[in-house]
Amino acid sequence: MTDHHSDIDSVSGKSTTGHEWDGIKELNTPLPRWWVICFYLTIVWSIGYWVVYPAWPLVSSNTTGMFGYSSRADVAVELANLEKIRGDKMTALGAASLADIEKDPALLALARAKGKTVFGDNCAPCHGSGAAGAKGYPNLNDDDWLWGGTLDQIMQTIQFGARSGHAKTHEGQMLAFGKDGVLKGDEIVTVANYVRSLSGLSTRQGFDKAKGEKIFAENCVACHGDGGKGNQEMGAPNLTDKIWLYGSDEASLIETISQGRAGVMPAWEGRLDPATIKAMAVYVHSLGGGK
Amino acid sequence: MNKTVNPNELKPVDDNGPLYAARKKVYPQSVSGTFRRIKWGLMAICLGVYYFLPFVRWNRGLGAPSQAVLIDLPNSRFYFFFIELWPQEVYYFTGLLIVAAVALFLMNSVGGRIWCGYLCPQTVWTDLFYAVERLIEGDRRERMKKDKSSDPLKLERISEIVLKHSIWLMIAWWTGGAWVLYFNDAPTLVKELVTFQGPMIAYIWIGILTATTYILAGYMREQVCTYMCPWPRIQAALTDEWALNVTYRYDRGEKRTSVKKAAELRALGEQVGDCVDCYQCVAVCPTGIDIRNGPQMECIQCGLCIDACDNVMAKIGRPKRLIGYDNDINIHRRQEGKAPIYRIVRARTIVYSAIIAAIGGFMVYTLATRSLLDVNVLHDRNPVAVKLSDGSIRNAYTVRLLNKSGYDRAIAIDVEGPVNPTMHVVGVDSVTPDRPIIVIPRDSTSELRLLVTAPAENNPEKSIPVRFHVMDIGLGVAASATDNFVAP
Repeated sequence: MTDHHSDIDSVSGKSTTGHEWDGIKELNTPLPRWWVICFYLTIVWSIGYWVVYPAWPLVSSNTTGMFGYSSRADVAVELANLEKIRGDKMTALGAASLADIEKDPALLALARAKGKTVFGDNCAPCHGSGAAGAKGYPNLNDDDWLWGGTLDQIMQTIQFGARSGHAKTHEGQMLAFGKDGVLKGDEIVTVANYVRSLSGLSTRQGFDKAKGEKIFAENCVACHGDGGKGNQEMGAPNLTDKIWLYGSDEASLIETISQGRAGVMPAWEGRLDPATIKAMAVYVHSLGGGK
Repeated sequence: MNKTVNPNELKPVDDNGPLYAARKKVYPQSVSGTFRRIKWGLMAICLGVYYFLPFVRWNRGLGAPSQAVLIDLPNSRFYFFFIELWPQEVYYFTGLLIVAAVALFLMNSVGGRIWCGYLCPQTVWTDLFYAVERLIEGDRRERMKKDKSSDPLKLERISEIVLKHSIWLMIAWWTGGAWVLYFNDAPTLVKELVTFQGPMIAYIWIGILTATTYILAGYMREQVCTYMCPWPRIQAALTDEWALNVTYRYDRGEKRTSVKKAAELRALGEQVGDCVDCYQCVAVCPTGIDIRNGPQMECIQCGLCIDACDNVMAKIGRPKRLIGYDNDINIHRRQEGKAPIYRIVRARTIVYSAIIAAIGGFMVYTLATRSLLDVNVLHDRNPVAVKLSDGSIRNAYTVRLLNKSGYDRAIAIDVEGPVNPTMHVVGVDSVTPDRPIIVIPRDSTSELRLLVTAPAENNPEKSIPVRFHVMDIGLGVAASATDNFVAP
């Protein structure tokens, strides 16, 4: 290293740092005292930080600081405060009737916000984050309801589930007509084509509609009703509309008729508090398909 | 004019010396003259506006704040006389900042650091604090003597010091106090503050601004301009050779000599400079520099040295403005015997003015024509489209209606896009079946869930544009927003 202190700028008479860029040399200009003091104070301050706050990583944990500060504990306090703030509103939600919640813009907004969050945590695994459903899991945005789409019916389904084992759960299942030997192979194909014809879908060539109608009347009408309009008491879907939970193609229908269907929805009573279930019912209803 | 140093006289810097440069305290002398008067005037205007603007009232009707300038943080509103800005309109502040920056450039290209010398808060408050100091402790010489005096502190001196700091703190406290008044109803807040009922945050901010004003204007002074402010560095890159700066006209001033000697030499018909080396320009300088050394970074160009020099020139019977607003080009022209030329209008100033006019004009135009009713639409992403049991397709949208006016509005929503659509707003009973009508309270927003259904026979095959029109059914003021209607 050169002895830069002897390098003196001839114009200003000041020494240079010895650094040079494109012929321009940097003057060695000391900082003002207050500036230097401030700089040292920041260093002292940072040492204080190491001591007071959790800072240094150790092998399996970290230094905990002096006052037990932890951002995790802070979050817990914040969440508790939030519950406190929301307490009154959630009480109001719990006290109001379902219909009244929908009429009150403030309660509706709260129920939708709360419902959306809880839906994401509990319902999204089956119904999807936007409640669009999947094969075997109903789309809650549309207007086709297995167990009814009024506010009360939606709430009942959430509370008790379907085939959930709860005492008040929705019961009723699609029998396995093929597996149980009730219908033979060609009968199943015929009735499957008949069901397709109910909602205006194309049928297989040479399909005997009269025979299909006869099989349907003997085996299916009990649950799906005359003309296949369905029955929400038993969770029997409407076979004349454009929405198919397990698919409308012939192969899917044959599988449904042969094997039967009995999707399970768990009961949420006991797992979620009543006000939250109410909020969820309003949220699902407001998705657009509610009656 | 740079000092030239004889290399033989240079001594190496003492390696064992202090790491820092000790501050040389500046004792600016009082001065009178044109620029001092301009500075007093501008100081009065700036401080007057700052301290009293929050008390100006503006009637906005019942329920709305009646303060002319108010930053209403809890409700996210900014009020400026007849203008009310919402959070999504903060781009007006962006525009204002751009205009302010270019205005700074323009000032700089016309008259140098006009901002620094006359308008910068640091200058204004430091100037005020100096005035207080002078009033109590006397002018330059007295203050220097008092500071140097090693006498034990006399009661008189102590009372002077106490009085000075008390007045400084009062000014600083009022500065912090005025600041918080911009964020709440001023008369109410003043009443709360004096009865100790004010919000804690207000006291905290008053404390912060009292401390910063007291420290920056009372102690830091020119150190802020020299060490803390980036503008001296930036402005050096923005200036050009035509910009008028506070300049020592060395063509007229050199060689410096005493008044007596100058008179003798002039009598003999010799050329002598007008500068009599009286150091008045140095004595009045608030940053403690010698303007005769040429343009310097520390110079805030307040013009006080011009006044000081003019006073001296008047006394010795020489023409004024040995120091004045000028540039090096004109000094050289005068040295060559040519008349000086001043170019205020040149490419740079035209461009800056044009930018200010364009952005300012655009802002005024958009402000004048902005709608007080607005609508934002967000399409549901999951699911994007829903097929209903009768085969029709439904899309869901989150619609946010903004009523920026001071009265409640009944708003009708119409949709344009799919053929014969039906519309349903969740939670809203529509007056007419296909045309939901919603009442939005004044100065607020409403978020709605809006479902649009295209009947099966008119199902669009692909995504088509959809337009939502919202209309005030009483006044007919309309706004619209565009989104898409998607087929599954």
